[in-house]
Amino acid sequence: MWWNRSSVPLLLALLTMPCAASEEGFDWTDVLFLRTHNTWVVVLSTAALGVAAGMVGSFLLLRKRSLMGDALSHATLPGIGIAFAVMSVAGGDAKCLPGLLLGATVSGVLGLLVMLGIGRTTRLRDDVAMGLVLSVFFGLGVAVLGMVQRLPDAAGLESFIYGKPASIVLADFHWIVSLAGIVTVVSVLLFKEFKLLCFDDGFASSQGWPVLVLDVLLLGMVTAVTVIGLQAVGLILIIAFLITPPAAARFWTDHLPTMALLSAVIGGISGWLGASISALTPDLPAGGVIVVVAAAVFLLSMFLAPARGVIGRWLRHARLRQKIGRQHLLRGAYEILEVDQSRSGAPDNHAFPRGELQGKRTWTPRELGRILRREARRGHIEELADGRLRLTEEGFGEAARITRNHRLWEMYLVTHADIAPSHVDRDADMVEHVLEADLVQRLEAALRKQGAWVPQPRSPHRI
Amino acid sequence: MNWTSFDLWIVAAGALCAVACALPGCFLVLRRMSMMGDAISHAVLPGLAAAFLITGSRTSLAMFVGAAAVGVLTAIFTEWISRFGNVDRGAAMGIVFTTLFAIGLLMIRRAAGRVDLDPGCVLYGAIELTPLDTLTIGPLDLPRVVVVMGVVLILNLAMVGLLFKELRLSAFDPGLSDTLGFSSRLLHYLLMTVVAVTTVAAFEAVGSIIVIAMLIVPAGAALLVTRRLVPMLLIACGVAAASSAIGHWLAVEVPSWFGAEATNSSGMMAVAAGLLFGVAWLFGPSEGVLTTWWRRRRGADVDHHRGPGPAVAERR
Repeated sequence: MWWNRSSVPLLLALLTMPCAASEEGFDWTDVLFLRTHNTWVVVLSTAALGVAAGMVGSFLLLRKRSLMGDALSHATLPGIGIAFAVMSVAGGDAKCLPGLLLGATVSGVLGLLVMLGIGRTTRLRDDVAMGLVLSVFFGLGVAVLGMVQRLPDAAGLESFIYGKPASIVLADFHWIVSLAGIVTVVSVLLFKEFKLLCFDDGFASSQGWPVLVLDVLLLGMVTAVTVIGLQAVGLILIIAFLITPPAAARFWTDHLPTMALLSAVIGGISGWLGASISALTPDLPAGGVIVVVAAAVFLLSMFLAPARGVIGRWLRHARLRQKIGRQHLLRGAYEILEVDQSRSGAPDNHAFPRGELQGKRTWTPRELGRILRREARRGHIEELADGRLRLTEEGFGEAARITRNHRLWEMYLVTHADIAPSHVDRDADMVEHVLEADLVQRLEAALRKQGAWVPQPRSPHRI
Repeated sequence: MNWTSFDLWIVAAGALCAVACALPGCFLVLRRMSMMGDAISHAVLPGLAAAFLITGSRTSLAMFVGAAAVGVLTAIFTEWISRFGNVDRGAAMGIVFTTLFAIGLLMIRRAAGRVDLDPGCVLYGAIELTPLDTLTIGPLDLPRVVVVMGVVLILNLAMVGLLFKELRLSAFDPGLSDTLGFSSRLLHYLLMTVVAVTTVAAFEAVGSIIVIAMLIVPAGAALLVTRRLVPMLLIACGVAAASSAIGHWLAVEVPSWFGAEATNSSGMMAVAAGLLFGVAWLFGPSEGVLTTWWRRRRGADVDHHRGPGPAVAERR
């Protein structure tokens, strides 16, 4: 697969060129030389890490336990220190990575058990348990590092706190990728169970699922991701890997499998891009770049995602507000016509002064003017030369329909929900704007059965 | 071990920091924002770096202002993201602080040639060196940290004293607090400002690990012992002060068991607080794990009829 190894980094280099090119003293040959085996190892391991973390993080996010990753990652520090001391005293290679990671796992799992224990045996909440484990274990870790720092060869242990991806070698790469693979596979296999755990753990336990075991398993996988992430991005920034991609993915979808997949992709891309940018640029630590890339993806998603993004929601909200204003205007106009004609049966369309419409609701003249202009553009209402307003033929029909929906809903609330006729206007107002055609039909059917049916119901209260 | 005045000053500095943190910490815990201290203490890194890059000096004041400003920003950004983006507050906090921390790391690394800022120093502090840096006030020759933290402690005491009923109300019932005219959001930001200022002041001196631990652990321990707010505050302060002394003792004593020299006191102070929490967890008078177990074994669950006292943290 020769092309695979050479074409992708070229693409990467192109992608990251704007960033790299802005560096002083930037030299293309640097990029060329960096396209070595070692860079590949680094980039691929961070990407694999991102995928695994993004996957597991989705469950954490939905379980509202995002910061558990924070606590767990801090809880690994004493294990690293102690493992180092033990290996050093035993006379082995004190910095042997699997040994350090084993220590990290043990103390991470201990922290996890303490956390769950506090949650189950006291009335303290999750956040206290997390903060407690985080600070006490980290304190212990700092103290242990303080003790072992005079042992030979202790320098560099702190790179676990900030991460040092450049130090990943091929052996580590195998570790990282296989562990990340296991975590990903396990979360796919137990997807259904974790989903249940996230959305309704009470239901899960009533159905006989071992909730505690699942919880421990999920958090155990978080610990695993944290441990393998220690070397790549460090124990503080691995938290970002666990939180940011799922949170970004959440904006795009309401569907958990899609979200988990998207989150894994975002995690993978952040790891990949971040590690490459950092490899191509002097003086940019990869951990930091990765987190900033993930944060950029998060920000973009937060604003731009159509499903739950800020702009999308704001637009939908604005559109709904416009629709409500329009419907209020038409109903107001229709009710004016109705009052004028109440003695002679059905209202007919004629002009009325603007002031009357102004008095129908609490809207400012400017607001009313804006809605009027919008409705005039739609050809529903027109302003006559003498300043009076008149509904067009189409507008009159629309107004009759809207008023009818409102009245139907009011009648329904009065007859079926026992709401006093004098109070019903407000309540009806809250739903009538979202009444769908089939719901209107069902309302009609319900009212017809009650004998309360009239083609255009009269208002149950004074207009 | 022999306690010299050197040790006493270290313990005093640690205790002042711890108590200054424990006070706002109680309210953080009650407001379910325990992780805020952790978030703020990581997030201030870019503030420190920016202050240094702008002023070009490491004077405490500029650093202090920069860090405290970013600390408050952390709270504000968290609030924005969780409100506008509809994101779980914990996740929002995590995103904000990791991003700010990463930016801080990048800033420091980019300016490595000019900056003599060690992120490690920010996190661990150097409480062992406190007695060396002294200020002379009148006839007294006090360590600077003790003076600074004393001032911060007095400020925090003043805040808790003056706004006690407002803080209590908004911690337990933000809705009622709002309707009565005490904006719980304003109080939230005030509390965040206090936490940020305390954090920054403390970790310049003693490292952030003490701050994070002392914001949460004493309050958590106190909450296991009592259900009333005033005793909770007092117990938290007691636990905080005690863990400073115990922690320093541990830092000197424990390494000698392994033939090592004294280790980092601030780390051990956090551990000591954790140990005290463990004691409260197991032996708490009314709901300690062992206490309950013992009572149940004797079959004399007398307290059952007394019912719980006024609930401090009943709202789960």
